[in-house]
Amino acid sequence: MTDPHGRDEATPVSAGSGLKMMSRATYLKEALLKNVFLLCAVMAVAGVALIFLFVGYRGWPVIQNPGLGAFLFGAEWSATYGKFGIAPLVTGTLVVTIGALLLGAPLAIGTAVFLSEIATPGIRRIVRPAVEMLAGVPSVVFGFFGLVIIRPIAAEMTGGMGFGALSASVILAVMIVPTIATLTEDALRSVVPGIREASYAMGATTWQTIYKVLLPAAKIGIIDAIILGMGRAIGETMAVVMVAGNAPQFFKGLGAPIATVTSQIVIDMSYASGDHRTALFGLAIILFMISMGLVALVRALSRLNAKRS
Amino acid sequence: MTSVPAVATAHEALTGNPRFSVRGLEFYYGDFHALTGITIDVRENSVTAFIGPSGCGKSTFLRCLNRMNDLIPGTRVEGKITLDGADIYGPGVDPVDLRRRVGMIFQQPNPFPMSIYDNVAFGPRLHGVSKKSELDEIVENALVRANLWKEVKDIMGRGGLTLSGGQQQRLCIARVLAVQPDVLLMDEPCSAIDPTSVQKVEDLMAELKSSVTIIIVTHNMQQAARVSDETAFFLQERQGEAAELIEFGRTAEIFTSPRDRRTEDYITGRFG
Repeated sequence: MTDPHGRDEATPVSAGSGLKMMSRATYLKEALLKNVFLLCAVMAVAGVALIFLFVGYRGWPVIQNPGLGAFLFGAEWSATYGKFGIAPLVTGTLVVTIGALLLGAPLAIGTAVFLSEIATPGIRRIVRPAVEMLAGVPSVVFGFFGLVIIRPIAAEMTGGMGFGALSASVILAVMIVPTIATLTEDALRSVVPGIREASYAMGATTWQTIYKVLLPAAKIGIIDAIILGMGRAIGETMAVVMVAGNAPQFFKGLGAPIATVTSQIVIDMSYASGDHRTALFGLAIILFMISMGLVALVRALSRLNAKRS
Repeated sequence: MTSVPAVATAHEALTGNPRFSVRGLEFYYGDFHALTGITIDVRENSVTAFIGPSGCGKSTFLRCLNRMNDLIPGTRVEGKITLDGADIYGPGVDPVDLRRRVGMIFQQPNPFPMSIYDNVAFGPRLHGVSKKSELDEIVENALVRANLWKEVKDIMGRGGLTLSGGQQQRLCIARVLAVQPDVLLMDEPCSAIDPTSVQKVEDLMAELKSSVTIIIVTHNMQQAARVSDETAFFLQERQGEAAELIEFGRTAEIFTSPRDRRTEDYITGRFG
């Protein structure tokens, strides 16, 4: 047996000259460690592959029943009548995600600009950990907050009970703020410091420097941040289930109950069987594909960024 | 402060109106006293070089002249700096307007990540020029003055960062010239670019000084001797102490017969 360098394992490295030889114990330890790290990496990849295979295997039959077209574009999701059209769920996800981005992204980018360009070090020391802590709040707590605080306010604005797209969007907006804010702040901080100085030296005010120089320069990083925030919004389940009303119907207004891909899976999974169960796995495949698409988009953007600088 | 009489006598020999007049300047970074007792006049339409070893405060002093140090929290200025007679640290003075009149070039070329045209049009647009024909004219003029027009006139839409280092530095000079400053501060403008470009930037300084007062910080004494009319030598004598202006006078005199022993030691290469 030989190691990758073609050396015989039984007779560890012999330098032949006066140089000290690597002891057998050292050699074994190095080889062992290398394999341990390799194993860690393999397990991560295997995890993704296994989940993908399992979900794919269980969800695949949706192609026969109800059939790909009826599954993707069917307008009705009803376990009772055996109808599994996911269009209302996908549009539901789309609606709450767009709502969350419209509300959350400006707030998050504003926070990032404040932290990176305006706040004094003392204020930053308080605000930054607070924003980061927001990312650590369990989603069920967000859901509870949404149920008790956001929902009644939404009810007053839209009529009805307040379970619906508006409440879900607001709560998701709060949840994606830390993701977008911290990544945008990183993007702003990684702008070459020289151009910030150059802008001020040209007689630009702080505001002009921010919107004419820094935000355009950090554009790709900010888009990146928004995409990752979007990923979080699409995948979030618990908080949405608690405030969305969970009716698998097309968007009928901000106050009307709505269901998303993830919320429908978590609500139905406990009792579904047969075709219903298969359809839920089909939904999981769709979710998988959306998030892989987003990751691919982020990677393509960062490659573009690397090429430009 | 033995340097004060030397400065005063140097003044008498100079002709031309002072553009910048600095009297008894003290500068602090928080608790650290960085500069002390700086008194100097910078004549209009001349090139003045600031020389001295690393950490001698010459860049810090340069940044007092367009109030760039205001951007660093905890800095403090005492004494008086006037530009054409007006106190630049006076109450109500807008540093933004000051920086339009006193442009700055940095050690590392720092064009914005936008097109060549937009880089040069940046300043005029900030100050309210929006008509395309007017902008075109300003941009072309500035690029011509910066000796870059011929090289870029057909690629105006290309990103400023695609140019070579030396071209980028001249682009930055064009960007500043587009707002027609009275003074150009150059903080080691040649230390990050190739020798051919250094030559071009030095030629440019000689051409520009008839219309713009130039102050250059440089580590390169040959460069100071080549390009400047007057030279100021700064020195921090002991670590942790405030730096001072040791000697100021005509460049020829500073380099051939310095009055101060420390100046002589520095220019003959005994330290720094």
